[in-house]
Amino acid sequence: MFFNSLLTNFAALEVGQHLYWQIGNIRLHGQVFLTSWILLGALLVFISLGTKKMENDPKGLQNLLEFLWDYIRDLARTQIGEKVYRDWMPFIGTLFLFVFVSNWGGALIPWRLIKLPSGELGAPTADINTTIALALLVSLSYFYAGLSNKGWRYFEYYVHPTPIMLPFKILEDFTKPLSLSFRLFGNILADELVVGVLVFLVPLILPIPVMFLGLFTSAIQALIFATLAAYYIGEAVEEHH
Amino acid sequence: MLALNFFGATEGGLFDINATLPLMAIQVVALTYILNSLFFKPVGNIVEKREKFVSNNIIEAKNKLSEVKKLEADLLTQLQSARTEAQRIVSEAEHESDLLYKEALELANNEANASKEKARLEIESQTSVARDQLSKQADDLSELIVNRLIPEK
Repeated sequence: MFFNSLLTNFAALEVGQHLYWQIGNIRLHGQVFLTSWILLGALLVFISLGTKKMENDPKGLQNLLEFLWDYIRDLARTQIGEKVYRDWMPFIGTLFLFVFVSNWGGALIPWRLIKLPSGELGAPTADINTTIALALLVSLSYFYAGLSNKGWRYFEYYVHPTPIMLPFKILEDFTKPLSLSFRLFGNILADELVVGVLVFLVPLILPIPVMFLGLFTSAIQALIFATLAAYYIGEAVEEHH
Repeated sequence: MLALNFFGATEGGLFDINATLPLMAIQVVALTYILNSLFFKPVGNIVEKREKFVSNNIIEAKNKLSEVKKLEADLLTQLQSARTEAQRIVSEAEHESDLLYKEALELANNEANASKEKARLEIESQTSVARDQLSKQADDLSELIVNRLIPEK
């Protein structure tokens, strides 16, 4: 009986239940903010520690941060291009770090041990609000990038090879955020569900390979999200001849 | 137990979109600014400073290397010219000594020839003197013999 209830406590899956915070007239998913604050706090502490004493000969954490910086710069530079990648590198890097930290934080930290009155803690990116927010920011960014770099000539992009492309390009402006948000949301949620169901069915050993697969997926999703965001911005600022 | 409540009976559900969305967007924008001032700018500064330092050093080293190569080539040509100069001087000296040797040899030959000639002339004159004397003595002797053999009539 005891074993059974332990199992139930550990493995109960609560999908689509949220810890609601009511502020005036608006309702928020509290668990998303709680985990994101914890994870972003950890990220900021990590980064502050690493950049506290910057030296010309990097040591320890600074080395890691410089590697990370270099990685993000390469990502931004290859997708956006030499000319404007500097302006967008912080945004691309923030997307990458936010998604990566959220995914891995959700997969690595045993959130289930913390009981909430409703819903459960987990990766902030497993909530559709987070991923749509990120995707809409990407959309706004590439519009802004295109308009600020090329002015009204940005809209040449819509009729670029031929005007026949116009409806497809307009459609793309909707499919881009949709695919961005649902890809991330679906992958992370599916990973959490698979691990949850497996833990529920076979609590020992068997979920471990799936957990590793989940870590892999999480990292890949962060990379995909950042790369696509950079690619869209690059597409918007690209000069057609 | 396995509460797979996808669309939420009373409220919530997987696709429950509410004010979390804009707040999360604001949070990410704020995070972008924080990370920019805390991470991207300082790390970028130090990395780019170092990259500049390294590339400057590489350029400097390349310049120095080309300078060294130029100096080396210079030295080589100098060495070459010094060698040919030395060769020239040696051959000149050899030629000169050869000339001197020939001159000295000729001089010595001439001297030897002259003294030989002189000796020959002397021998010749002495020989003729001796022959004259001898023929005179022979004449005397023959006269004496004749005088002895044929008494005065």
